[in-house]
Amino acid sequence: MEKQWEEMSSDERQEALFQRWLSPEGVEFASPEAEKLYKERATRIKDAVQLKKLPDRVPVLLIPSFFPAFYSGLTPLEVMYDYEKANAAWKKFYVDFQPDAHFGCVAPGPGRFFDILDYKLYKYPGHGVVPESTYQCLEGEYMKADEYDAFLQDPSHFFTTTILPRIFGALEPFKQLPNLTTINEMYGTGVIFYPYGLPDVQAAFKALLEAGSEALKWMGYFGAFFKEMPELGFPAGQCDYTKAPYDILGDTLRGTRGIMTDIYRQPEKLIEAMDAMLPFWIKKGVDSAKAMGNPFIFLPLHKGADGFLSDEQYRKFYWPYLKKILLGLIDEGVVPFLWAEGGSNSRLEVIRDLPKGKTVWLFDDVDMVRAKKMLGDVACIAGNMRMDLLTVGTPQQVKDYAKKLIDNCGRGGGYIMANCAFFDDVKPENVRAMVDFTKEYGVYK
Amino acid sequence: MAGDLVKTLADLKEKEVLGIAQDRLNAGDDPMSILDDARRAMETVGKRFADGQYFIPDLVYSGEILKSINELVKPKLTKTGGVKPGGKVVIGTVAGDIHDIGKDIVVFMLDVNGFEVYDLGVDVPTQDFVDKIKESGAPIVGLSGFLTLAYDSMKKTIEAIKSAGLRDKVKVMIGGGQITEEIMKYTGADAYGRDAMAGVSLAKKWTGAK
Repeated sequence: MEKQWEEMSSDERQEALFQRWLSPEGVEFASPEAEKLYKERATRIKDAVQLKKLPDRVPVLLIPSFFPAFYSGLTPLEVMYDYEKANAAWKKFYVDFQPDAHFGCVAPGPGRFFDILDYKLYKYPGHGVVPESTYQCLEGEYMKADEYDAFLQDPSHFFTTTILPRIFGALEPFKQLPNLTTINEMYGTGVIFYPYGLPDVQAAFKALLEAGSEALKWMGYFGAFFKEMPELGFPAGQCDYTKAPYDILGDTLRGTRGIMTDIYRQPEKLIEAMDAMLPFWIKKGVDSAKAMGNPFIFLPLHKGADGFLSDEQYRKFYWPYLKKILLGLIDEGVVPFLWAEGGSNSRLEVIRDLPKGKTVWLFDDVDMVRAKKMLGDVACIAGNMRMDLLTVGTPQQVKDYAKKLIDNCGRGGGYIMANCAFFDDVKPENVRAMVDFTKEYGVYK
Repeated sequence: MAGDLVKTLADLKEKEVLGIAQDRLNAGDDPMSILDDARRAMETVGKRFADGQYFIPDLVYSGEILKSINELVKPKLTKTGGVKPGGKVVIGTVAGDIHDIGKDIVVFMLDVNGFEVYDLGVDVPTQDFVDKIKESGAPIVGLSGFLTLAYDSMKKTIEAIKSAGLRDKVKVMIGGGQITEEIMKYTGADAYGRDAMAGVSLAKKWTGAK
């Protein structure tokens, strides 16, 4: 009899998730070649990640921002609102360039959904930035310095009545919503519910229902994409994302200034809040990985980059809580796919404190020779294909740099070629050079 | 006592330094002398940042403390500060890009190094750069951008400066997450910097400041 999940070791769980990913349930491959490609690609990535077997060649991944839109002659605005065009553009992108995995068509969120709710956290095409631009976060203190206690006491209620009204204009009336955890006896229960009758609260709920319908419609396209791509031979490179607790708080709740000030003024509260987030953000990754039969959970890392914290601060506020997230995922067989945005040169010593063959570290800006030396026996490293070369360089420059990366990092496996940062309007011939050259030069003999 | 304020602020001891500032105001000290000391402390903060002893959170926090000192002192202030000796710099994040963290660090470092900085903010239209260069006569322009889409915005901004007949009157430096020598050439800038200290060095070199 097969072992139950609870009885498995983390190694066995990882292997089980990989096996589900290698032989995806319900996928009818478009052709025998597509099936062969799928298995080869998934095996190649698995081998690069686990550091047990030498892959047949260096895997190559493309993780775009709005490049597929530009490549199809569409603006970011168009693909945010026309889901069919978005799907077609992303499909064309993967089919034309043939990387070793697909990363969904996630970048263009459902535009109308954000419109309905009057989303204030980001500027996005047509809303604060031109149709040709990408969305950009509006930094702010969406959670105030004195609100840690409210957050800690009841995160859900705090989000519903404080954060949502601040980031969604249409949900401002949610400020008046009651805390339903005080429902107890029949006596007094009716009193708790009267806010739901207020005209502005009801209007907010109407907007919420409409937004939900739009999200569902969009998810239909999104889901169809995740179904179709494996059929065409592309394994999904991720199935959801989670984050480092310091980034969760720093990116969109306290803001950069807010969280950096908290380090000095209220470090205990900051730590308490990061601890409080762990179960939510581990569960998010584990649930998705198990539901989708995909071991990879994506983690974009932001505010732990070189310079953004001292070494001491990184070891105190960033790494311990990120590590707890990672170990929580790893224990359940999930493979955290970390994207270290910005510089990482000062962090290599710290982050190597992880079990072997359980993570992928995609680097933006780092000395890759040192990264290989420091992490090579612990984790698969990835990325570092330069954005300036992809954008304004020549195919030859891209090939030269790809060669350097493969020479420096490919040794013995454990390296995945990938772009160093999300890419938008780069030269298609450079993207092609990066993929094709890796396939040719990156073969292990 | 004066030394205390400089050292305490440079060491980021918020409560203590605010206490010192308040005591000095109560004792009838000239508010300008308090601000002068605060400026000296910020120079030390900038120096420690340049030396790698301080990091971005230290800069941010020192800025927060300085804000509190300013608020304390402002009601008693009768005159404003003098002209900065280091030369003028016009700086901003280029059109289409709203990222400000990197730019703000450069502004901070230029400021504590004695430059008169005209910070135009984020998503700055090309014409605003041109207008500010004309108005201020600044010989240095700093263009910031985090997105790769900023490459073209930088290029357009520099072209606009050229069209306005100002290109030979200013030196242009660029910086941001994905800025390299390749991008410097592409945009037509005179130089690029990988970090805020590089920006200060360039500004010093171009103005002949020590």
